[in-house]
Amino acid sequence: MKTQLHIDWTSCDGRGLCAELLPGVLDRDDWGYPVARGKAGRERTDVPLRDADLEAAQEAVVLCPKLALSLHERKVQ
Amino acid sequence: MSQANDTYPPVPMQEGTRQEPRLLAAGPDAGWAQHLDTFGTWEPHTAGPGLLEELAAAGLTGRGGAAFETWRKATAAAGSGRKGMFPGRPVVVANGAEGEQLSFKDRTLLAHAPHLVLDGLMALAEALGGASTYVYAPAAGLPRVQQAISERPRGKRIRLVQSPETFISGESSAVVNMIAHGSAVPTDQRRRLSESGLNGRPTLVVNVETLAQVALIARYGAPWFRHAGTPTDPGTRLVSVSGPAPARDVVLEVPGGAQLSAVLEEAGMDPAALSAVLVGGYHGRWVRPAGHALSPVGPPARTARPGAGVIHALDLQACGIQATARMVSYLADQSARQCGPCMFGLPAMASVLNRIAGGETNHRLASELDRLGKLVTGRGACRHPEGTTGLVSSALEVFAPDFRAHLSGYCTGPGGAAA
Amino acid sequence: MWAFGRVSGFVALALFTGSVLLGILNRSGRPLMVLPRFSISLLHRNVALLAAVFLGLHVGSLLLDSFAKLNPVDVVVPFLGSFQPFWQGLGTVGLDLVLAVVVTGLLRHRIGQRTFKSVHWLSYGVWPVAMAHALGNGTDVSSGWFLMLAAASAVAIAAALLWRLSPSFLETSHARQGNLP
Repeated sequence: MKTQLHIDWTSCDGRGLCAELLPGVLDRDDWGYPVARGKAGRERTDVPLRDADLEAAQEAVVLCPKLALSLHERKVQ
Repeated sequence: MSQANDTYPPVPMQEGTRQEPRLLAAGPDAGWAQHLDTFGTWEPHTAGPGLLEELAAAGLTGRGGAAFETWRKATAAAGSGRKGMFPGRPVVVANGAEGEQLSFKDRTLLAHAPHLVLDGLMALAEALGGASTYVYAPAAGLPRVQQAISERPRGKRIRLVQSPETFISGESSAVVNMIAHGSAVPTDQRRRLSESGLNGRPTLVVNVETLAQVALIARYGAPWFRHAGTPTDPGTRLVSVSGPAPARDVVLEVPGGAQLSAVLEEAGMDPAALSAVLVGGYHGRWVRPAGHALSPVGPPARTARPGAGVIHALDLQACGIQATARMVSYLADQSARQCGPCMFGLPAMASVLNRIAGGETNHRLASELDRLGKLVTGRGACRHPEGTTGLVSSALEVFAPDFRAHLSGYCTGPGGAAA
Repeated sequence: MWAFGRVSGFVALALFTGSVLLGILNRSGRPLMVLPRFSISLLHRNVALLAAVFLGLHVGSLLLDSFAKLNPVDVVVPFLGSFQPFWQGLGTVGLDLVLAVVVTGLLRHRIGQRTFKSVHWLSYGVWPVAMAHALGNGTDVSSGWFLMLAAASAVAIAAALLWRLSPSFLETSHARQGNLP
C-alpha cells in the first residue's frame, strides 16, 4: 500500500497553501496551481508520497481552502 | 468541417478492399428483419459471464479512443458489483457521443446498424448479471435508436439520454454526470467509474462501435474476430476519413494494423499528394502519410494510434501550423473551465500557437509552446490537457520545417500571414 | 460586570475587524511579509475564534449584569429588548450570524465546501452589523478614542474591500489574465 495525495482539479483554485506545506512535493505553475515535482502523467493528479511527507500532507488536506485535497491508499501494482 | 446532423455519410462500398464489411454488413438503414437476415437469430439476453472470457480471447479494445481492453473494464465492473453488503446493480452505457468534429463513424453506425449496438449493449448488461442499460447519443441519432428499440421483441427497458454537441460530452465521467445530473462535464474521479459511477453503482461506459463488435464476438466467437487484423490489434475498426476536396468524408471498416496509406487510397486520396495526416482526431497526432500502421500498440515511429478512428488528411498546400492553431483554439474553447491548468493553460497554448501561425518571429515562442504543453499534462479531471498537448507536440515534430519557416518570417503554405 | 461587558465588546469588534482583513488577505492567495499563506489562514481562523470567545464574554457578562437587564430571549431573538431594541437587536443578529459562521467553519470538512462557503459569505454582513450595534447601542460613542478606532477600522475594511474587487486582487491575476511570464 502506498499513500497518494489526490488533487481534485475541479475544486482547486491554486491558492498555494499546499505548495508551502509540501515544498519538496509540490511546486506552483504560472497560474498558482500545484505541480507535482518530478512526476509525469496521472501521478500529477494522484501524487505518490514518501512517508516523511505524510504529516505535512495531512496538514495540507485540512488547511486547503477549497477542500481539493485528499489522501488515499492505492495498492502498488 | 462538421457534418450536418441529419445527413449521414453513405455506407462505404467495400469492393476491391481486403476487408469484408462486418459491422455494416446488413446494409444501409438496416431494420430488424435485415439485421436478423444478415447476422442470424440470436438472443442477447442469453449471454452469460462466459461472454467476458470470449472478449478476453478476442482481445477486443475500446473503439472510443482509449483502446482499453473491453474485458478488463467489464470484469472490473462485474467485480465491484459483487462486493459489499449491498451490491449495486451495474450500469452499462452505450456511448454514441461524438463531440469530435472530424468523427462521424459512430453516428453512421447508429444510423445504419443500431440493432448490432443494441445486441452488444444487452449482451454485456446480461453478462454483468442484469445491468441497467442506457444509450447516450446526440439528438440527431436518438430517433433511429428509439425506432430500433421498438422493432425488437426485447429491450424496452433501455433508456435514452441525449448528449450535447460539445467536444467533451463523450468523456466517460461526463457521460455519467449528464445521465445523473444533466451536466455533461467531467467530474473528479477519486474512484474509477467501474467501482463507483452512476449513483455509486459500478458503471461501464462503452463506445457504440465497441458494443457492435461485442455483438459480433458473442455470435461468431473470438477466433472469427481474430481472423481479421493482426495478433496485437485483432479485428476491424471503423474510421472516419476526411481530407482535401475532391475526397469525400467516408466511413471505412479497416482491419487492425492496416497501413495508413492504404486506408487513404481506399478513401480516394493519393498519399503522395498529402503533407500530413491527423490520426486519432483532435486528441490524436499528426503523422506523415507513409510508413504508418493504424494500431493502438507498436513502435511510435511506425504506428499511429487510431484513437476514436479519426483520419484527417492535409494537402501539400495547406499550412499545418495554421490548421493546428485552429484546432488548439477550438480545444481551448471547449475546455469545461473546471480545472485551472486546462482553463488557463490551453488558451495560453492556443495564443502562442496563433502568434506563430500569424507570423510573429520570436524564437522563444516554440520553446514556450513546448513548456506549456509539458506543464498542463496529467493535471485535470479528464485527459483534455494531455490530448491537446499530444496534438501540439506532434505538430512541432511533423511540421518542424514549417515552424522554422514561420519563426523566420515566412509561411510555406498559401494564405500564410507571413508569406 | 457592566465595564467588563463593554470592554469585551470592544475587543470582539476589534478582533472581528482583524479577522475580516485577514480573511480578505487569505483569499488573495498572497503571503504577508514573513507570514506564509497557511499561517495567514490559521491566524484568520484563530483571530476569528478568539473574537467569538470575546463575543461570548460580552453577551454573558451583560446577561449577568443587573443594569443591562438583558434576558435570555434577547440573546437569540433580535429586536425584543427593553433598552434600545433596534440597536441591541443588531447585536443579536450579529451574534446569530457569528454562530452560523463559526459552526460551519468548524464543520467545513463534514458539510462540504459549497455549504461552508455560502454561509461564510455572511461574514461580510457581520462586520457592519456589529459596528452599527457598537455605535448605536454603545455608551462610549461620545469618547474620541472610540470614534477614532471605529473610523480607522471602517477605512481599513473599505480599503480591503476595494482591493478585493480590483482586477489585480489575486496573486496570480497577471498570469490568469492571459499574460505569459
